[in-house]
Amino acid sequence: MHFAGDSIVLPEHFLEHQKGRALRRKAIDRWFGRLGLILTLGTLGVLAILLLNLAANGLFRIDWHFLTSFPSRRAAEAGVLSAWVGTALLMLVTASLAIPLGVAAGIYLEEYAPKNKWTDFVEINIANLAGVPSILYGLMALGLFVYKFRFGQSILAGGMALGCLVLPIVIVSTREALRTIPAMIREAAFALGATRWQAVWHHLLPYSTGGISTGVILAMSRAIGESSPLITIGALTFIAFLPPPAILDHAPFVSFSWLFSPFTALPIQMFNWVSRPGEEFQANAAAAGLLLMVITLGMNGAAILLRRHAQRNIKW
Amino acid sequence: MPLPQESSRRLDKAVEGIMVWVLRLGGWASVLVTFGIVITLITESEPFFSKVPFRRLITDKMWTPLFADPQYGISALLAGTLVTTGVALLVAVPLGTILAIYLSEFAPVRLRELVKPMLELLSAVPTVVYGYFALLTLTPLLQKIYPDLSQFSMLSAGLIMGIMIIPYVTSLGEDSMRSVPMLLREGAFALGDGKLGVALRVVFPGAFSGLAAAYVLAISRAVGETMIVAIAAGLQPKLTFNPLDSAATVTAFIVQVSLGDLPHGSIGYQSIFAAGAVLFLMTLGFNLAGHALRRRFHRAA
Repeated sequence: MHFAGDSIVLPEHFLEHQKGRALRRKAIDRWFGRLGLILTLGTLGVLAILLLNLAANGLFRIDWHFLTSFPSRRAAEAGVLSAWVGTALLMLVTASLAIPLGVAAGIYLEEYAPKNKWTDFVEINIANLAGVPSILYGLMALGLFVYKFRFGQSILAGGMALGCLVLPIVIVSTREALRTIPAMIREAAFALGATRWQAVWHHLLPYSTGGISTGVILAMSRAIGESSPLITIGALTFIAFLPPPAILDHAPFVSFSWLFSPFTALPIQMFNWVSRPGEEFQANAAAAGLLLMVITLGMNGAAILLRRHAQRNIKW
Repeated sequence: MPLPQESSRRLDKAVEGIMVWVLRLGGWASVLVTFGIVITLITESEPFFSKVPFRRLITDKMWTPLFADPQYGISALLAGTLVTTGVALLVAVPLGTILAIYLSEFAPVRLRELVKPMLELLSAVPTVVYGYFALLTLTPLLQKIYPDLSQFSMLSAGLIMGIMIIPYVTSLGEDSMRSVPMLLREGAFALGDGKLGVALRVVFPGAFSGLAAAYVLAISRAVGETMIVAIAAGLQPKLTFNPLDSAATVTAFIVQVSLGDLPHGSIGYQSIFAAGAVLFLMTLGFNLAGHALRRRFHRAA
């Protein structure tokens, strides 16, 4: 029996036991810390292996000729001219659809929308839309844009499919950028008699350009790498011509017929080369893959830096 | 006579009124896209589903809707999706969870800030590049271990898909683990538990619905992934659960048919919309579950 004031003497073997347990716990923690570090580096290593692998197999193919030649049955003469022109034009359509709509939707949901069931529904809808597999956007484009709207298997249909695909990315990043702006900015603008739109246009949008452009870059980089929606709408894998030019040397000087031209794109061209037998074509695939990786990882890197920069410069 | 401010005020009000509608239309666009997807899938697959009795979808053993003697056993496609997704999850769930625990509880802050965006890059790699890697680099490597691995294999495609979805598990998981209150950790430390013990017994259960959301969204990604499986797992539908074998997934089937000539209204055309409708229902289920779990986590935290 112990009474108040008595000092409790713990038996020696109990203390030893507790000390042993503590040491063992420390050892486990150290061990797990090392495991975590190794696995983290290993996972990032996959990225490095991917890049090195593509470079080892395809870097020698990348030269001026490769960038300025059409695909060919002879692997050594083939190039990615129609592919990168196609990708560039697709991105033009994608950006002009996804950026205005996405930013508008983001502003509406963050600044205007009343809190009600309908807004809840729109939000769940956007969350779900972000998780819809990309190939389903392709099926929608095939049924709706290609056949119902009669756009054909064209740059317009492909670009719109990709635009719908990345719309949620632009919406979400716009909302996040607006949400970081404190309420006092809005209140100050309203106090001076600004309408809501004036507050948005003169204050909220300029302050959130960093965040919005980060989202736009990520969205475009996602669109550049997508191939399955384009395959579904029937992008051709072998295109040995360029779409008609957008600028003419006679009146009316601009032409939009390129919108309805058949097309190929970088990932489609790569897919075509991957599925062909023969090491020479696989080298072409590696070269196209290297181009894609440099573009998408470069854009992602730029987005990360931009986000850091935007965060650092703002002090409310 | 109205004051000059008053007329400019009226203009401001008019602009405001117009802009509300412009912005609202933008908000509706996202709903319109969903409707576009749903309506297209329903109307274009309707001829298929009204022609093929439901019983045959379940009981047929093969999926050959384009053959002269068509078979409609959708289980042949679902098996491919199930196996590749399963392999991917065997990679992504353990690895992604360990990375999340490590980054949230063990890693120094500066390392975490450096590593997190780099991990995100894994899901930014174009999937056709992953497919290339799985088919031409990983498969030959795996063939040294399993000599009877076919040129196209669900194992190879699934493993690479697992790498691709690691960031979904890690970043969502890490976010939810870090939002577990510090107090709970400190309590457990005070009782003498170690870091790993606290992570597993306090943080992990506390963040579980967030982690579950991460797993569910990763499943949805894997189910809908197309190019990796189309390139590396093969395009021939086959009812097999052997990962060393080749088989087409629901998504790969759509690619395989799309690569051929596809006249509007043909049976091939209808069958890819049918496959798409099945795919949409599966991912919709996972997405809604993930969304609900995430909401529940945010409310609890």
